[in-house]
Amino acid sequence: MTQELKEHHDANAGQKDLLVVNNLKKHFRLDRKTVLKAVDGISFSIKEGETLGLVGESGCGKSTVGRTLTRIYEPTDGELEFDGLKIKGRLDRKTKKRINRDVQMIFQDPYSSLNPRMTVSEIISEGLVIHNPDMSPKEREKRVHELLQLVGLNKNHAGRYPHEFSGGQRQRIGIARALAVEPKFIVADEPIAALDVSIQAQIVNLLKELQEDRGLTYLFIAHDLSMVKYISDRIAVMYLGKIVELAGSDELYEKPLHPYTQALLSAIPLPDPEKERTREQIVLTGDVPSPTDIPSGCRFRTRCPFAMDSCAVIDPEFREVEPGHSVACHLYDAEIMEKEGKELKTV
Amino acid sequence: MDKNILEVNNLHVSFKTRNGEVPAVRGVNFSLKKGETLAIVGESGSGKSVTAKSIMQLLPKQNTIIPEGEVLYEGKDLLKFSKKEIQNVRGSDISMVFQDPMTSLNPTMKIGKQITEGLSRHMKLTKKQARERAKEMLELVGIPNAEARLDAYPHQFSGGMRQRVVIAIALACNPKVLIADEPTTALDVTIQAQILRLMRGLQEKTDTAIILITHDLGVVANMADRVAVMYAGEVVEQGTLDEIFYRPQHPYTLGLLRSMPNLDAPRTEPLIPIPGSPPDPASLGTGCPFAARCPYTMKVCHDHNPGYTAVSGTQAVRCWLQDERTPEDHIPEVIRKGRQTSEIAADQAAIDAAGGVPV
Repeated sequence: MTQELKEHHDANAGQKDLLVVNNLKKHFRLDRKTVLKAVDGISFSIKEGETLGLVGESGCGKSTVGRTLTRIYEPTDGELEFDGLKIKGRLDRKTKKRINRDVQMIFQDPYSSLNPRMTVSEIISEGLVIHNPDMSPKEREKRVHELLQLVGLNKNHAGRYPHEFSGGQRQRIGIARALAVEPKFIVADEPIAALDVSIQAQIVNLLKELQEDRGLTYLFIAHDLSMVKYISDRIAVMYLGKIVELAGSDELYEKPLHPYTQALLSAIPLPDPEKERTREQIVLTGDVPSPTDIPSGCRFRTRCPFAMDSCAVIDPEFREVEPGHSVACHLYDAEIMEKEGKELKTV
Repeated sequence: MDKNILEVNNLHVSFKTRNGEVPAVRGVNFSLKKGETLAIVGESGSGKSVTAKSIMQLLPKQNTIIPEGEVLYEGKDLLKFSKKEIQNVRGSDISMVFQDPMTSLNPTMKIGKQITEGLSRHMKLTKKQARERAKEMLELVGIPNAEARLDAYPHQFSGGMRQRVVIAIALACNPKVLIADEPTTALDVTIQAQILRLMRGLQEKTDTAIILITHDLGVVANMADRVAVMYAGEVVEQGTLDEIFYRPQHPYTLGLLRSMPNLDAPRTEPLIPIPGSPPDPASLGTGCPFAARCPYTMKVCHDHNPGYTAVSGTQAVRCWLQDERTPEDHIPEVIRKGRQTSEIAADQAAIDAAGGVPV
């Protein structure tokens, strides 16, 4: 993150950053020659009680970001600061335990993320056994019942197995499990993608209520942009392992700056026939390049309708172009545009 | 334009299971005209894919029962066709695009071979002619370097490219009807936009009628001329695109539209979800299947399933709120308003309500 941007956030109404991510990288070595750069240097921060939406197409690295933050993956490089705690490199046991408790995850697939051989009560209380070892079994049972109630299930469900529930109900169980250890930060990795339309709104409303009641902070990962806009305060758009644009969610939808964001927004089919008939679509050509072979310069240039010579050479810097709105694109860089002899895009 | 190319009348499909017969499709009616796109929307388990598969006789014979109904293609009932007869229809008159482009292609066969297979069978082309046509088809769906790509295997294509190949195969024999079962669900939005645009363009050129099965109302708004909304194996409402989106008459349709976030609406308002979850098809009662989740239920809803009521010449709905015996003050404002703006008066005679039930 640029210094400016950090100051802007620090100045923001006394709310402190719960999580600051600086130049986070996660590379996977596939074989001796190939390295898959799933996340390739991203920086952002999330304030306490805020929801940051993370959107992008499949393979852009958004899930890897979530998994690295929850320490399912060890980051290749970069610094994290969580709740005032600086984290770099390997963690000692005490820090690891704290992170494992304070950072929880809700997974996309409610079918494969619950152990089919455990009862709902066992699934939810598993974290409690580890993090609250002093709790008596009776207290634990009471806590499980409270949690079930909280997510809209009831205590009769505690003894049942995951297969006895519908997709929406399973996702509620996953949410109860995440809440059991009273985390501060929840990574929700496409929590509604596998659910039916009529059920999606139920889960989104539940997540919002829980946030208001408990002051939770979310990283909401999704590819469904309309739901993301609804739930997020700010949205980061990822493309091939980098954040290309970050802005407040209304701002991003009203005034998308990066050509990729513009295309992405115009590609969402709107559930409104009148708008579908009248609006203009920017249809991108081609597919996303492979993350093992990232284009030189700007990684979006192979599909960008505005690509210039400089784009192939210089990787655009991710910088703030107006308060709270950052973008990584040469079109908004006076220096580059002058060199290209083209008119600077005004914000 | 006026004659129906495909007509599905009172189709019932059940599956034999260990726990007895389970009805998946319960009396579905719709028709399709040349060059038109009909969207079938519904949640998983609502019977939309089963309906589509039964048109092509693609359901497993040993545990499928079709007790009633007919599927008329150009006046002939496809359900009565022998195995050989239906094979002549599949891929040539009616073809299908499936949801998952990763599994609907044969991984061990070259793309060219997969396209020419249908061509040599249905159009009796020679090998050379078929290959030429396959190349044309790949160009048509926008695959660059088509000649060389004919000799590639499916794994060498990306998801979006594979779906293009599947569409090329489906359209190779100039079908009159294309059934697309969630053709873009597995794809990213930018690729989805490409494929939808491609399908619309090809439809204009070839005048193919499309049945588009989807759960995404955005895709429906983008593609469809008419819409059929399915719930628990029934078409609960059908009408033109504008009727369904701007004047929905069934509480389920209304609920679906309301539970979607509007990009223009402020984020402070909570979404209005449909409470509960869809019913288990094995234990449906005699009442309206939506009654348990409906905010406007009356006593009659729990005991008797409503029949169709025509709201306009093109819109019909299965709901007791449309019955003339329902007291006016019980009908919610949104539904009443939609009905008033409906231009064409209800044609009660065209589609008869089940009737005879005291409210």
